[in-house]
Amino acid sequence: MNSTPHQPASYMDEHFVAPAAEDELFEELQDSPPKRKFRLSPAGKIGVSIVAFWLLIALFGPFLAPYGENDLPFPDDYSEFQAPRPGAWLGTDFSDRDILSRLMFGASRTIGISIFATLLAYMVGVALGIGAAVSGPRVDMVLSRINDAFLSLPTIMLGLVVVAAVGSSIPILIVTAGLVYATVVYRLARAIGVEIMVMDFVEAARLRGENTFWLVWREIWPNAAMPLISDFGLRLIYVILFISSLSFLGLGVQPPRADWGSMVRENLGAFQSYGGSVIPVVAPAVAIATLTIAINLIVDDISAFSGGKLSGRI
Amino acid sequence: MFTLILKRMAIGFVTICAVSIIIFLGTKVLPGDAAQIRLGQEATPENLAALRERLGLDLPMWQQYWNWLNAFVHGDLGKSLAGDAPVNELIADRYKNTLIVSVLTAAVGVPISLILGITAAMFPGSSYDRVLTLVTVSLVAAPEFFTATLLVLIFVFWLGIGNAVVIGSIDGKSFWELIQHFALPIGVMCLIVASQLIRMTRAAVLNVMSSPYIEMAILKGLSRQRIILRHAVPNAVGPIVNIIALNLAYLVTGVIVVEIFFAYSGLATLIVQGVQTRDFVVVQAVGMLFCAAYVVLMLIADIAAILSNPRLRHPK
Repeated sequence: MNSTPHQPASYMDEHFVAPAAEDELFEELQDSPPKRKFRLSPAGKIGVSIVAFWLLIALFGPFLAPYGENDLPFPDDYSEFQAPRPGAWLGTDFSDRDILSRLMFGASRTIGISIFATLLAYMVGVALGIGAAVSGPRVDMVLSRINDAFLSLPTIMLGLVVVAAVGSSIPILIVTAGLVYATVVYRLARAIGVEIMVMDFVEAARLRGENTFWLVWREIWPNAAMPLISDFGLRLIYVILFISSLSFLGLGVQPPRADWGSMVRENLGAFQSYGGSVIPVVAPAVAIATLTIAINLIVDDISAFSGGKLSGRI
Repeated sequence: MFTLILKRMAIGFVTICAVSIIIFLGTKVLPGDAAQIRLGQEATPENLAALRERLGLDLPMWQQYWNWLNAFVHGDLGKSLAGDAPVNELIADRYKNTLIVSVLTAAVGVPISLILGITAAMFPGSSYDRVLTLVTVSLVAAPEFFTATLLVLIFVFWLGIGNAVVIGSIDGKSFWELIQHFALPIGVMCLIVASQLIRMTRAAVLNVMSSPYIEMAILKGLSRQRIILRHAVPNAVGPIVNIIALNLAYLVTGVIVVEIFFAYSGLATLIVQGVQTRDFVVVQAVGMLFCAAYVVLMLIADIAAILSNPRLRHPK
């Protein structure tokens, strides 16, 4: 732990949403510094608009898509990797399906799976991490050593072993990515939990005779929530990259379903057959890159606001 | 210091054991074992039992694990479930490509990244530094196959150099010809490594730059160049070696994606095929090799960090 665990009260009042009664209490304090407002940098604003754009596509894309994900826009004129033209604004893929439609279907799959997996990683990681921090050295020791063993594997290898063992489907992908990244969330949550556990107000609550549930819910969680939530974006980036890489390797979302990673893989032939359109490979790759880079821009703003990279805290 | 290093190596050893258990059990969770997969439709209870006995699958789990580990340590990686080929032969055919690309990436990518990172730290806030930061931040967040797509577009489609697939044999090629042969895969891997390495090197040098003795050097009126190269960089060497080992470990993911993208056979394509055909003997063996390489590189990173810290090197 690099940073000092002790934060003044002002840190808390600007970082977490306290229950109404406590909020009023803070406002009565004369010496509380003026609240800092969270402002987005120009780059951050670009990031927010790109992420918002992709979220809208993910939510409504499947309804707005001009064709079904496996429909041929030009059934009478079959040829692979057609250049963009009216009716198929991004051209067609290796089996003449509409790229634009597949991109829109793929958006909801790639983004949906990633968000659910990250949420799962947070639920498991935070529950175990905070649990390890409050339940004493022995539980902490066991959980942390097991976690270390998983952390010492490259994430993609964990993914490969799981897919080799149980095959690939969307629920399995969500659970796999969720559990793989729960290890990282666990480490962060445990570090933050341990940091808070040694603070005076926790000691005071203990001496008052509060039970463990109260400690976690009223003392630890309000202080741990903000750092954990601001790390969510970074974790989401890694999960998107993980899911896309698995799909790219042909081990994630299975054809004929569209997903950005598998779209890159299945259309790689466009790079080898000269003359055809290369958009089928470029479009999904650019889609993932714009999404993850845009999230990164927002993450940079958040971490600048909350004082440095969170990864530096563990 | 030696006890510290020995302790760290012991932890590394325990980690590799734990990793081997995870990989072994990971491929055992589902019903259906090697005997069933091999016999397929022809499975009768009798020949299933016979094959299980021959493969040692009737033994208790810990004994199976022990036999597997024992054989692995002695260089026998088992027989592939598909086609019965020994995994050793499968690996012997392919490991060269993976190794050559990794080594060449380290040989080309690391020095360039170090130079870029240190020069960026020499002029923090300059437009050179800002462009470099923008590029590296974008590359870190983008998937590996995006970087590969970008390079193929630029070199193959725009400039008309090279090929989007790596074809041909590597036998009898000189160092320079090998670099040309694997130019695009190495380029992609270098960019993946460089994006992290440049940022971390820059941060490591700037970190040293904030220490009091550097302030002293500035007050003495030394030139910025001399301060960085003579005073700051020597003290940043330890962190930088640590960073290099860490980033080479991260290459494990990169090498898998790159081999698939450029469609040449290597260890990564072998394990991906193994996963697709559920050939878990191959997955266990190659997975174990990758993870061992990863753990060893992490170990080197830690030991480099210990060795480079004078306070740990010369304990009171």
